Amino acid sequence: MSENEPRPAAHKPAMSIEKAQKARRKFLQSVGLTAGIVGISLLGYIPVTSARTTRLRPPGALDEADFLSSCIKCGQCVQVCPVAAIKLGDIDDGFGLGVPYIAARDQACDFSCDAVQCILACPTGSLTYHKPDFLGVRAGAPLAHAPILKAKENDAEPSLNLKERFGVARLARPESCLAVQGKGFKGQARGPAFKGEMRYVDVDRWAPIPVRDHPYERDICDLCVTECPIKDAISLQPFVNEAGDQRFMPVVQEQCVGCGVCEMICPVEPAAIVVDAQAVWKGAAR
Amino acid sequence: MSRYLDLLKGMLGAAPKRPEKVSEKVQKIMFLKYEDKDRYIKEKLHARDHHIVSHKWRNRRWAVLIATNLLFVFSFWLDIQILEGALTASRFVGFHLIDLNSALHVMLAHKHIIVNLFIGTFTVFLLWVLLGGRSFCSWVCPYHLLAEWTEKLHLWLVDRKIVTDHEFHRGTRTVFWLLFALLSVVTGYTIFETISPTGILSRALIYGPGLALGWIFLLLLFEVFWSRRAWCRYVCPIGLTYGAVGALSPLQITYHVEHCFHEGDCRKVCLVPHVLDVTVKGRAAEETLGLGPDCTRCGLCVDICPTGALRYEVKGLSKLL
Repeated sequence: MSENEPRPAAHKPAMSIEKAQKARRKFLQSVGLTAGIVGISLLGYIPVTSARTTRLRPPGALDEADFLSSCIKCGQCVQVCPVAAIKLGDIDDGFGLGVPYIAARDQACDFSCDAVQCILACPTGSLTYHKPDFLGVRAGAPLAHAPILKAKENDAEPSLNLKERFGVARLARPESCLAVQGKGFKGQARGPAFKGEMRYVDVDRWAPIPVRDHPYERDICDLCVTECPIKDAISLQPFVNEAGDQRFMPVVQEQCVGCGVCEMICPVEPAAIVVDAQAVWKGAAR
Repeated sequence: MSRYLDLLKGMLGAAPKRPEKVSEKVQKIMFLKYEDKDRYIKEKLHARDHHIVSHKWRNRRWAVLIATNLLFVFSFWLDIQILEGALTASRFVGFHLIDLNSALHVMLAHKHIIVNLFIGTFTVFLLWVLLGGRSFCSWVCPYHLLAEWTEKLHLWLVDRKIVTDHEFHRGTRTVFWLLFALLSVVTGYTIFETISPTGILSRALIYGPGLALGWIFLLLLFEVFWSRRAWCRYVCPIGLTYGAVGALSPLQITYHVEHCFHEGDCRKVCLVPHVLDVTVKGRAAEETLGLGPDCTRCGLCVDICPTGALRYEVKGLSKLL
């Protein structure tokens, strides 16, 4: 029992060479550990600076850099979303680890919560109704007026409390758009295996149902227009194509908030219309 | 007061000091203890023989830790909505709760504090002032439990001389705390959250596993094969943040020199053995001493001590009772 051995005198003897070497080794290893861990933590910069994936953030999100810094990575927004549109980033998102995003093609935000629950749930103001004044506003980000939710159109307060868009839809592949080809659509928009959900006011205003349970029948495909939850955000416009045929084309309007429902519902693969995450409105002639 | 400062310095990484002056009462206790060496040894062996090895506090702690984390999980999975969110920030039946270290980094990185963030942080601050600061580590943090389990493997390997424990300087954690705080301020990103096993594990439990668990696995490997409990001992700034909060806490583990045979069993099981330096013969200056802010109040020492020299105590309350 080493504790019972007599103690040396109170004054410290000079450090032996062996002990000094040990202390030095310990110090160097500690420096190594520090450099290693900090180095690894800074690897998170790679996905962020290379902007490998620009994620669609939930509604009310601050601009990307502010969003990443203010998000506390708790996932409360994930928990309140009625259609489970919000996912959390993984470690390959770097500093975006644990930060919410929406994969619109799989499950878009259809505002079936009516009040933008994720904004209400956010404890740090990363998702917010009122952006603090000291944060800048990007040109083309603000919406001309509060977006009117089609589902609430007859309510006393039909609008969503959203001041900025979180993306903008774009007809990325007009050649594959069914309307442009003059085609209609019949059946399940995304096939029988698709797990995405939407709220259909004529079915049940308060309970979203799987898209596969709500088949469509259209002479000219206009799903992106009719299923868009926001009023005046997209319209189907006639045009005459090169062959001289009368055709239609979905045209995104300035009230588009970037929710991604059009991308989710588009029945062709890959989607003809997509939402550009974090994009701003650059005018109608896009 | 000077002991109080020494304990804080000890938490930051300073080596424990011998007391300059030992109180007369303790001197008397020590004199009586060692007056008759044969009797002392006999008593010691007697105490060992009659020690019923219990895991009372460890079991209670594991139950609390698992229950807390499951409450998070089921609040989401079963939609019982009692404790919504993750360990970094949550709502307990609607009240905001925000992890102190995560809140600190968000404030440093974003440089803006909204009311809910402040309320949640303050509530949690008060909670852990009462409950003992670093008790967050051993009673709540899911990484602590995993690390505690893999520590057994490490000790088994050490026992068979297959691996050795490589100690780092405990001050490394203080350097990490400062570096990560600085990084948050300078870069504007909450960089520590990217590698924090506490947040990663909490989210993995609640929202499902991901690649980030690979990082946890690497950390555990490092702890098994290279350095015992390295993350909690030498790296994790969360521990230091909660330690600072616990410095004010009335809930402590206290040491009673009168009952101690200075065998050092407690130091062998302890995550932060420097707090148990007082149990070394001649290091206790007072009859009863709190172990200080770096103690995680895990109770392993309470369980292992055959003579009840280490106890849970609530300052003020114990005298009242």
